[in-house]
Amino acid sequence: MNAAAPSTSLKWRYVRQGLFFGVVRLSAFLITATLLLILAYIFMNGFRAISWDFLTLPPTDAMTRGGIMPAIVGTLYLTVGAIAVALPLGVASAVYLTEYARQGLAIRVLRIGVNCLAGVPSVVFGLFGLGLFVVFLRFGSSILAGALTLGILILPTIIGASEEALKAVPQTFREASLALGVSKWRTISRIVLPNALPGILTGSILGIGRAAGETAPIMFTAATFFTAALPRSVFDEVMALPYHIYVLATAGTQIDETRPLQYGTVLVLVALVLGIDLVAILIRSAMRKKKRW
Amino acid sequence: MTRQFKEILIKNLFALLAFVAVLVLGLIVVFLFREGLPLFRLVSPGQFLFGTAWYPTYDPPEYGIWPLIVGSFTVTLFSCLIAVPLGVLSAVYISEIAPAHLKNVLKSVIELLAGLPSVVLGFFGMVVIAPWLQETFDLPTGLNIVNASLMLAIMAIPTITSISEDALYAVPREFKEASYALGATKFETIARVIVPTALSGISTAVILGMARALGETMVVLMAAGGAAAVPESLFDSVRPMTASIAAEMGEAPFRSGHYHALFATGMVLFGITLAFNLIADAISNRFKEVGSGTL
Repeated sequence: MNAAAPSTSLKWRYVRQGLFFGVVRLSAFLITATLLLILAYIFMNGFRAISWDFLTLPPTDAMTRGGIMPAIVGTLYLTVGAIAVALPLGVASAVYLTEYARQGLAIRVLRIGVNCLAGVPSVVFGLFGLGLFVVFLRFGSSILAGALTLGILILPTIIGASEEALKAVPQTFREASLALGVSKWRTISRIVLPNALPGILTGSILGIGRAAGETAPIMFTAATFFTAALPRSVFDEVMALPYHIYVLATAGTQIDETRPLQYGTVLVLVALVLGIDLVAILIRSAMRKKKRW
Repeated sequence: MTRQFKEILIKNLFALLAFVAVLVLGLIVVFLFREGLPLFRLVSPGQFLFGTAWYPTYDPPEYGIWPLIVGSFTVTLFSCLIAVPLGVLSAVYISEIAPAHLKNVLKSVIELLAGLPSVVLGFFGMVVIAPWLQETFDLPTGLNIVNASLMLAIMAIPTITSISEDALYAVPREFKEASYALGATKFETIARVIVPTALSGISTAVILGMARALGETMVVLMAAGGAAAVPESLFDSVRPMTASIAAEMGEAPFRSGHYHALFATGMVLFGITLAFNLIADAISNRFKEVGSGTL
C-alpha cells in the first residue's frame, strides 16, 4: 500500500484524486458530446429534406427524387412481424427461467444458449435467415423471412428484459397467492405477469427499436433495392429504411446528388428508432417513481 | 383434466418454448454448415483460413480469407483501444462519482447511443469522418482502419459501459466503507477496492464489447474501405469478414463456390464470437460468488 506510506503526502493524494476525477468526467463528457454531435449533424442536414411528399411518395427518377414511403411501410411491417415472433417466445422463456426452472444442467444450457444467441453477429443472422427461411423453407426474400430473422435477433433482448421484470416482482406476492390455495399457473397469469407487464413492455419497446434499425439481417432475407408498390402479402419483398440508406449512400449512380435524400432518410430512421427508445426510457422512469413496493 | 395434470402441461409448454432459443442456436450452426461446408470440396480448410488471396470472382477463383480475418481483428483492436478506456472510465463516473441527476441523464445517453442504428454510424463515417481524414492527412481515401475503428468504438462503448457499471454497482457497500474507515481517499477506494472487486465483470464487459465490434457489419461495410488485402498502415483500407459477407452475398450466384465461401466465412465469424461469449460467460460465472461472505 504505497498510498498509505508516509512519503505520500495528503495533498498529493488529493491532487491525484482531482486528476483522476477530471479524466473520468472528461470521458463521460466525450461520450455525451459524441452522441449530441452526431444527432445535431443529422438533424441540421436532414430536416431540409423532410416534407409531406418525402414521407408519403415513393422514390422516382431512378431514386434521385421523390420520397421514402415504401421504405417506411416496409420497416413498419418487418418490425411488427419481428415483435409478433419474439414477444410470445421471449416472455414464455422468461417465465420458465424465473418461475419454473430449478438450478441444473438444463438451465445452465438454456442460459448459455440465450447468452450466445445474444452475441451472434447480425450478419450471421442474415446468413441463417437466408439458409433456413429463404432457401430451405422456400419463403423467398420476403417480409415473412425478414420478420422471422429479426424476431430471432431480438429474442435475447426480450428474454433478458422480461426476466428482469419478473424477478422484480416481490416473492411475497407469489407466496401470498399460493398460500390462498391458488395454483401456480393462476399465480403467474393473475399476479406475477400483470405486475411485471410495464417492465416487459419497456424491454419489448427497446427490442422494437433494435429491429427497426438493423440492416445486415434483412439484406438477404427481405429488403429490396426499389419497389414503388406496397406489399400485398407476407411473401413480397419490401424496401426498408436502413437498407435504403445503405443503397443510396453506396450503390446509387448519383451518390452526391442524392445526399439530401440520404440525410432525410437517416433523420427519419434516427427519429423513429430513438423516439421508440425514448418512449421506453420515459415509461421506465415513470414506473420507478410510481412503484409501490 | 385434473388440476395437477394441467399444471404439469403448462410447465412443460413453457419449457418447450424456452428451449426454442437453444434450438435456434443449433439451427444456426446446422444451416451455416449446410451452406458453408461444400466449399471444402474446392479448397482445404487451411487454404481457406490462411490463404492470402481473396479473389472469389476470378477464374480460377481464390478463397483465402486471411486478409479478411486480419481486417476484422485490426479494426476490433483499434476500436477497443478507444472504447475500453472511455467506456470503463465513464462507467466509474456513472456508478461512483456522478451526482444522482447526472447519473440518470448519462444512463439515458448510453442507452440512446446503443440504440443508434449501425447504418447511421456507417453513414456518418462515410460522409463526415472520411472527407475530414482524407483532407487532414492527405490520403487517397478516408475510408480506412482509423475511420472504421472510430465508428466501431462508438458502437462498443455502450456495451462496455453498461456491463461495467453493473459490475461496479454490485460491489458490496461494506468494502467501500471499510476502505474509507481506513482513511483512504475516494480515488484510492475506487482504484484499489472497487475496480479490483469488479474486475471480472469489467473483463466480461470488455470481451463482449470486442465481440460486438467484431460482429458489427454496416459500420465496417461503409467506412472501412473494402480492400481485401492485409493492411500495412493505419490508413489502409480493410475488408473485415462481416463486410465481405454483406457486400458480396447479393452478387454471389446461388450455391456457387463464392456463395459457399461466404457461408464458410460466416462459420468462422460465428465460431470466433461464440468463443468470446463462452469466455465471457465462464469469467462471469467463476467470479459470481465474490461478496462479503466469501472474502
